Amino acid sequence: MEHYISLFIRSVFVDNMALSAFLGMCTFLAVSKKVQTAIGLGVAVVVVQMITVPVNNLLYTYLLQEGALSWAGLPEVDLSFLGLIVYIGVIAAIVQILEMFLDKFVPALYQALGIFLPLITVNCAILGGSLFMIQREYDFAESVVYGVGSGFGWALAIVALAGIREKMKYSDVPHGLRGLGITFITVGLMALAFMSFSGVQL
Amino acid sequence: MKGLREYIDHLEPHFEKGGKYEKWYALYEAVTTILYTPGHVTKNASHVRDNIDLKRIMIFVWFCTFPAMFWGMYNVGYQTVDAMALTNTTALEGWRGWMMSLFGAEYSKDVLSSMFIGALYFLPIYATAFIVGGFWEVLFASVRGHEVNEGFFVTSILFALILPPDIPLWQAALGISFGVVIAKEVFGGTGKNFLNPALAGRAFLFFAYPADMTGDVWNVVDGFSGATPLAAAATGAYDTAFSMSFFEAVQSEAWKNAFFGFLPGSIGEVSTLMILIGGLALIYFRIASWRIVTGVMLGMIATSLLFNTVGSDTNHMFAMPWHWHLVTGGFAFGMMFMATDPVSASLTNKGKFYFGALVGAMCVMIRVANPAYPEGMMLAILFANLFAPLIDHFIVQANIKRRAKRYVS
Repeated sequence: MEHYISLFIRSVFVDNMALSAFLGMCTFLAVSKKVQTAIGLGVAVVVVQMITVPVNNLLYTYLLQEGALSWAGLPEVDLSFLGLIVYIGVIAAIVQILEMFLDKFVPALYQALGIFLPLITVNCAILGGSLFMIQREYDFAESVVYGVGSGFGWALAIVALAGIREKMKYSDVPHGLRGLGITFITVGLMALAFMSFSGVQL
Repeated sequence: MKGLREYIDHLEPHFEKGGKYEKWYALYEAVTTILYTPGHVTKNASHVRDNIDLKRIMIFVWFCTFPAMFWGMYNVGYQTVDAMALTNTTALEGWRGWMMSLFGAEYSKDVLSSMFIGALYFLPIYATAFIVGGFWEVLFASVRGHEVNEGFFVTSILFALILPPDIPLWQAALGISFGVVIAKEVFGGTGKNFLNPALAGRAFLFFAYPADMTGDVWNVVDGFSGATPLAAAATGAYDTAFSMSFFEAVQSEAWKNAFFGFLPGSIGEVSTLMILIGGLALIYFRIASWRIVTGVMLGMIATSLLFNTVGSDTNHMFAMPWHWHLVTGGFAFGMMFMATDPVSASLTNKGKFYFGALVGAMCVMIRVANPAYPEGMMLAILFANLFAPLIDHFIVQANIKRRAKRYVS
């Protein structure tokens, strides 16, 4: 149990997807103008991450890994070169389902997220989560925890950024920096504060 | 005095719109408002009359750092003399030694000599922070047409007070530049930033030059390096002190040293007593929020008690009790002067408690669980700054919901 808690905390704070690995920047910068929308997107990312990482873990362990097909009588086959295509396919499918679900049951959030919902498919934080999971050789239970943790960390970061940007409506930013420019500086300063976790040992 | 007023009035037309020195209006305004109350008043209907304004608040904070500052200078001198005795040095090197012989000052631990030695370390740092930071401030003010704000007095003194005394001056200049420009002026100046500029500058230096800024920096005299209490505690040197009960500890020599400030450390952070004097004055005059300070204390006490109960065989910091967290490192200074920064903290009353608690909890968390950084207060406050607007957002939303319920038909 302790192992999973420490993995969760590490994936939320220490290896924060947005502020320490800088993944998923496009959506991170674009959908962080309002807290409500950011929370919606954050929840969507957590859900997608929570499903895709474990599913990809299962696919990798029982289909792609070298020797994974031994149950089918093919012990020498190594399909891991198909990894990227498979993970993206899984992610795209899950996002489709989530989109239909939101359209039907939470139309307001569906409207607010707009184009960025289908774009979760190509959100590097999502694919990055699956690839980190393979690289760090997590087993199934770990991949569930890691999926939730990394998604939650990303959601936390985008909600905090949205809060700051709502406050920054009252700022007087030089013309050349308005919009994305100041957001990049803000994210940089946030990453500076998140450095407090680098080196935490749990 | 009258002559000065007349001289300023005589100069004024040159600095106003269309005048010869129009571009320098910000600088003119800054200097004259230090000397005199500004002459312009609100022209339209509603007009709140109050004795307090931003300028007064900032100057007040500046004065409240003085106890910690003077004690800091005294302690720098005191520690230097101590270190010199240990290394058998008889005089300081370079220009400081020259200044000492010029004024015929003695290397002794009495108040005046120690303070003189300390001033030789502190004043150059403060002057650098003030001049370089002031340069940026005036530059932005003149180009962007806003006023030079006294908030800058506070930023520069707070920044100088949280630096180690032996920091190279170019690093101090770099740090204050980062703090003032990137953390404040690009957002539009005082009141529009979301991080504390002094802390952002300090954190920048901390990550850019870790070798000069980590926990055991005290190289005032060559060849001598005394570990600060937090760095020493992590290696287990304070284990017996930590195992004492509260009343025993408070009476012990080690705790008293840390409380009154006879230990090596950043210039202004050493003496908890002096910081509390300045801080309580701030609270009494309602400049610092008592809610934030209470939140920080409660958060720190709760988290350290939690760590005490959990315990650990390998990590000595788990056993550190709250009365030690209070007196070591930058905790007290951060609590009184940094976390209470009205700009970067939460604005709602309820939010201030949560904000403070987050600062206190994070500080203990970093000190205990992160061996890479012996000191956690700076990063804890920066971290809480990130979430301050969010805390406000949720408090406001909850309030809206609560009030909306009253009008359900």
